[in-house]
Amino acid sequence: MKDLSYSAVMGRKNEIIKDAMGVDYRRYEREGIIFDYEAMMTDCGYSLEDHIRIQRSVNVGNTPVFELHNLTALARKLAAPGKGARIFIKDEASNPAGSFKERRAAASVYHAKKLGYKGVIAATSGNYGAAVASQAAMQGLKCIIVQECYDSHAKGQPEIIEKARKCEALGAEVLQLSVGPELFYQVLLLLEETGFFNASLYSAFGVSGIETLGWELGHQFMEKYGRHPDAVVCANAGGGNLTGTARGLLKAGCPAKVIGAAVDLSGLHMASDTAFNRKSFTTAHTGFGVPYATNPDHSDVPRSAARPLRYMDRFVTVKEGEVFYITEAVATLEGMEKGPAGNTSLTAAFALAQEMDEDQIIVAQETEYTGAGKGINPQLSFARSNGIELKFGDPDEEIAGKNIVFPADPSLLKARDLDMDELRRKFIRRAVKGLDRALSEAELAFLAEETRSTVDFVKATLQ
Amino acid sequence: MAKQGDWVRIHRVILPAEERTANLPEDTKKVPFEMWVKGHLLEDGELGDQVRIRTVSGREEHGALIEVNPQFDVNFGNFVPEVLEMDVRLRTALFGKEAE
Repeated sequence: MKDLSYSAVMGRKNEIIKDAMGVDYRRYEREGIIFDYEAMMTDCGYSLEDHIRIQRSVNVGNTPVFELHNLTALARKLAAPGKGARIFIKDEASNPAGSFKERRAAASVYHAKKLGYKGVIAATSGNYGAAVASQAAMQGLKCIIVQECYDSHAKGQPEIIEKARKCEALGAEVLQLSVGPELFYQVLLLLEETGFFNASLYSAFGVSGIETLGWELGHQFMEKYGRHPDAVVCANAGGGNLTGTARGLLKAGCPAKVIGAAVDLSGLHMASDTAFNRKSFTTAHTGFGVPYATNPDHSDVPRSAARPLRYMDRFVTVKEGEVFYITEAVATLEGMEKGPAGNTSLTAAFALAQEMDEDQIIVAQETEYTGAGKGINPQLSFARSNGIELKFGDPDEEIAGKNIVFPADPSLLKARDLDMDELRRKFIRRAVKGLDRALSEAELAFLAEETRSTVDFVKATLQ
Repeated sequence: MAKQGDWVRIHRVILPAEERTANLPEDTKKVPFEMWVKGHLLEDGELGDQVRIRTVSGREEHGALIEVNPQFDVNFGNFVPEVLEMDVRLRTALFGKEAE
């Protein structure tokens, strides 16, 4: 009989993950702190062509791009003369389960089936659960979705409950948990018990699956408009969305700037029972976006394939009230109802377009499905019932967990830059934490690559 | 009374507060780590009883029976007047006063 205590199971972590993915991450470890990222992506990922073939076979991808004419017109009204880039979205909500996450799920489920696993397990409260459930249904595997769902009063965000409904509708078992990082312990227990595949969000299959999104973007704009987009905005939480998209853009030869966007939830502790239901966004917020950018390997695999600092040109934040406002703008000005979380990047794009020239193109690279529990109204209604004040005003006055401030006027909506060098320094300091020696030249070069900086920058940070 | 074979929801404490991981905020430290899951009952039982179930993935689970024929209560929420107000402001900002 195996010891199922918390410490014993966590102690078997590497062994469990190895059995549950068929990947020995030690193969990619090199001298000192170095690991071979590209070798991992090539070895256990699939090629771009493989992903395209797999995704086409399960109805994923090849989603349309739409120009948002009215939102562009509004941005131009607010911008200086000659400014106001054309704003586009890539309509990822048209994937079978309603989000880009199916690009991550398709190859994971395909791979699990190929290796003979009977089922897949994924830890997610968001769209990834529906994506894995949908792919498992299509490819004939069993599926368990593990959600962080309730606070200690068994109260859950409408958006997460809706996701549970959707996962069950698609045939998955949904295991719902209260707030806390012990979710990972529960996932390990389940992996051990069932022998299912760990469809981690951070595997090489998952992240390289998103490369098709960037690749499609590069080609779609060339075919339709005869030019590349100038900027692509990606909602950035765990970093996979941005990493995969950026890699796909590079493979399509698209020189667009890659900009991360996250909802500013600073001040709310992500593992706090009482703060859990005081946030109105369950993903694409700074509570994930910042720690995962600066410490990507803090996930459910030993080495995360999501490494956004390698690809990000800028990282901006927007406020909760601003994202709700743009979500409503998409409905009332563009005639499309989309889920709020997917509109995080569009909110940033609306502000960033005003810095750019009129003939330039900016793309928010995803939308997501919406519906009961997941729309703007249930989220705002839930926030108000939790004592969050809703008001019009200057979004700069929004304090996450206390109020949601809708822009009194669209000119008040902003994209606020995070200090990229500060994020790079955090990453570097974290990587050498507890290391009691000087770094080799190769290690310095590795950290420069990880942070898209220079050896001199790494040296200056470590001094 | 729930019968064997009924579709039910159970609840179980996985880690009591004192067995939780050390690295937690103060409020979370004070509460247990809990789980909810659904499945078909493997034996008859009353609400509150410790029961065993078979989940849709084929696993056996156990816990306190809390709901028979569990349903989702997600809906579109209460009316939020600010949402309508956003529409008015957005249309006015783009199309001018005549939009009102």
